[in-house]
Order: sequence, then C-alpha cells, then structure tokens
Amino acid sequence: MRTDRLAPALRRITGDEKHAPSAHSTLDVLWVLYDRVLRVTPQTIDAPDRDRFLLSKGHGPAAYYAVLAAKGFFPEEWLDDLGGWDSPLGHHPDRVRIPGVEIGTGSLGHGLGLGVGVALGLRAQGYTGTRTFVLLGDAELDEGSNHEAIAYAAATRLPLSAIVVDNQSSTHGWPGGIPARFPNWDVSVVDGHDRDRLELALTPRHDRPNLVVATVEKKGS
Amino acid sequence: MRETFVATTTDLLNEDPRTALVLADISAEAFVTARRRHPDRVLNVGIREQLMVGVAGGLALTGLRPYLHSYAPFAVDRAYEQLKLDLGHQDTGAVMVTIGGSYDAAAEGYTHQSPGDVALLDTLEGWTVHVPGHHDEVPAMLREAARHDDRVYVRLGSQENRRAYPDGGRLRLLRRGGPLIVAVGPMLDPVLEATEGLDVAIAYTNRPRPFDAEGLRALTDREVVLVEPYLAGTSAAVVSAALEGLPHRAMHLGVGRHEVRRYGSPKDHARAHGLDAAGLRASIIDFLGR
Repeated sequence: MRTDRLAPALRRITGDEKHAPSAHSTLDVLWVLYDRVLRVTPQTIDAPDRDRFLLSKGHGPAAYYAVLAAKGFFPEEWLDDLGGWDSPLGHHPDRVRIPGVEIGTGSLGHGLGLGVGVALGLRAQGYTGTRTFVLLGDAELDEGSNHEAIAYAAATRLPLSAIVVDNQSSTHGWPGGIPARFPNWDVSVVDGHDRDRLELALTPRHDRPNLVVATVEKKGS
Repeated sequence: MRETFVATTTDLLNEDPRTALVLADISAEAFVTARRRHPDRVLNVGIREQLMVGVAGGLALTGLRPYLHSYAPFAVDRAYEQLKLDLGHQDTGAVMVTIGGSYDAAAEGYTHQSPGDVALLDTLEGWTVHVPGHHDEVPAMLREAARHDDRVYVRLGSQENRRAYPDGGRLRLLRRGGPLIVAVGPMLDPVLEATEGLDVAIAYTNRPRPFDAEGLRALTDREVVLVEPYLAGTSAAVVSAALEGLPHRAMHLGVGRHEVRRYGSPKDHARAHGLDAAGLRASIIDFLGR
C-alpha cells in the first residue's frame, strides 16, 4: 500500500482540498503506525496475537478513518458520509461498527485504562510478542483517569506504548512538560510530522511503559 | 458472604485460565494466596476504581473473563462512566462483586454507602443483578457467570436470611395467601417476621434483574408489595411493565433517598428507613387497609 492513497482518502472524508494533510495533528503518527509499525492487517483484525492500537482521543477521527480506509480495513466509499444515519463512521469511532477499530471512544480519558487492561490480558495469555499502543491528546491528559493508568503501568513495568500528540490544547498546559507526568516511563519527544523519527521512536520494544510525545503545531495556529 | 466470594473466586482462578480478578485494594489481603499463584490474572491496581473497571474492559477485549470487586459506592457510583463505556459501549462484560451496598457500612457513614447501585445499573443495558440473601446462594451465581461474557453484578450483603435458596433466580413462592409480598435477597427474613399472622403470599428472589416478569404476573392478584434492600422504587418500572394491562395496586419499599446522618449498625439504619420487621409491618398493613 503506498502513501499516495492516503491524501485522496483524507480529501474524501473531509471534503477539504485546501489544507495540507499535515493540518491533521495525528495523521503522520497514525500513518507510521499502520504503515511501518503495527502487525495488523484487514485479514488479522480478529487474530488474538495482533498488535493493538487504541485511539483514546476519539475526537476528530478523520485522519484515523482515512488511514484505515487507505490500508483497506473498510471500503473507501464509507468516507463519503461522516456521522450520517446510514454511516458506520461517527464523529467518534465505534469498535462495534468499524472493522479494525479496537475501542469505541469519545469521552476522554478511557483509552489508557483500557489499554492497560489489554496489555495485561495479552501478557496473561502469553502473547508476549504482541504490542499495545494508545494515542492520546495533550488536553486529554486533563482527565484524572489517565493518571491512574500512568502510575499503575509504571509500577507493574507494563510494556505499553502511549503516544501523546501535543498540540498545546490543554487549557492550563503542562508546566514542566508532559514527560514529567509519566514518571518511570521511557520517554522520547519527537516532531509529530517527521515520519522517520516517529518510526524510530515507535519501533523499539521496551521492557517497561514507553511514552512518545509527538509535538505538532499549536492548535488553531 | 465475602468469605464465600473469596473461596469460590479462588477456585475459579485455579480451574479456569480465562478467569481474571481485578481489585482496588479492598479485600486484596484475602486474595494474597491466589495472587501469588496467578500473578498475571490476579491484579490489584491500588485505590483506583476507574482503572479497575477500565482494566476489566481491556482484559475482556482480549478474551479473559474479569471479576472485579470493591465497595459498591466506589465500584458503581464513582466508576459509573467506566461501567457505561469501558464495558457496555465496548460490547464487553465483567462480573462485578460488591460489598457495602446500602447501609452495610453503617458506622463508616454515607461516603461508604450505596443505596443507588442497582438503580444506576438499571440505566445501563444488559446487566444481570444478583442480590443473594444467604452465603450459600453465592457460589452458583459466580460459577454461572464464568460460563459467558455478559455483564453480571453480585451484591454481597452483611445481612443474611436464616435459610438459603440457591435456586432463587425466578420468583419462588414461599407462602400462599392473599396479596403478594415480594422480598428481594436479605429482605426475606424481615418480611417473614413482619407478616406473621397476616393473610399474604410471600415470594422470594435473589436475582432482581432480569426480573421474573412472568412469575410476577402469575402470582399477583391485584395487590403487590415489593421489598428491596436498596433504593425504594428501584423495581417500580419493571413491576409496572410486568403487570401491564392488569388492574393492580403496588407499593415499593426500600431505602429512602434522604441521608440518615447517623452511624450505628445496619439494624439501626433498617429501622430508620422503615425496613425492620416493625416498620415493614406498619407499611404493609397500611397499604392493605386491613
């Protein structure tokens, strides 16, 4: 699958010819994950040992839908209707309706707790080669439930990868930086549009939880 | 009842590799041995009830069968959105086993009480609710729940009836007579005592959800009194639906909405809410008008 299927898919769902794809804060992270990192394909969406990607930040899922369609998880025609009565694609994704979507989200602060459970469930069943990734937004970290999951993942050395896309949208910000909220996690901070650096940050396995902060331009800038 | 829960769940962890247990510190000591034996499937997340439910949702997504356990006010009231989204919306299930419903933790105060747990679960889809009236009713509930992936609530109480009815899911008629009194779980013995010498029929259930509507329709002859150990009127809608089209009068007794700002024992609070034998008898005689 080549990258150039992505731009048309994105235009198809947004109807936006004007903005560059980089206007979507999560697009490059999602593409790198599905194109270079995750071991999951449309044929393996029910395989128990598939890698898991959990979009915790269910807001603004156009980029997510475009990537899944470009990778063949569902027909590109679905992109023509976002949020319609007959469309499986809502303003927030529903795992029951969309092949390849691991969790239904929208209310912020649920993905990391679910991700901890998924990683623990995989470990308990011996799927030690299977990886779990959770994508959050920096403003989503406002929700206290995340911090329950962050502390517990560190305490149990859970090999879980969290990606925080930081577009500085948290109202009160994170003085001292986002990594400071993830004590005892491995941390890297990379340009959220640099696909090679994202790949370098996301590919290695860790023996404890791993945070990748993907920095993008400030929201609204 | 908590001891029975610990013993049965420990057995399930030994017997069935699909079983997992998620704790939030409450009762963690009782599961130390199980945790040592199954460190990957017995998980104590600390004092983090939102995470407890989220973890259960994630475990279920990988095919495990999670049991979770805490005080009802923390597991249900506090983590309500996790129950709604991390289980229901994900189309997954779990077995939630609580203590401290209503005023069992009387001396702890209102922070440790949940009279509204069953009412809250009634706003959500697909929860089976068990309210055992005796510890010998508990093992079958937990074992049955291991055989599927649906959402199950088991409300363990500190008050028990003298006798167990392990097959008390459907309404079980214990006494024939006039108007029907339905006792849920631990309300049976207070109801039996309250109705001594009265011409009433008495039925028992320890599984109020799904409610045995068919049984209620068959047993009700115009008048029915429901006596529940949680928020009064919690079952009003299901009783009304069960008796739709049948002329009837109904009264719903249970825990009041008003906060009783006193400590003491569960018996004290039962009296304050009119759920002791004397209070129940007065309400029932008044309702029946005889």
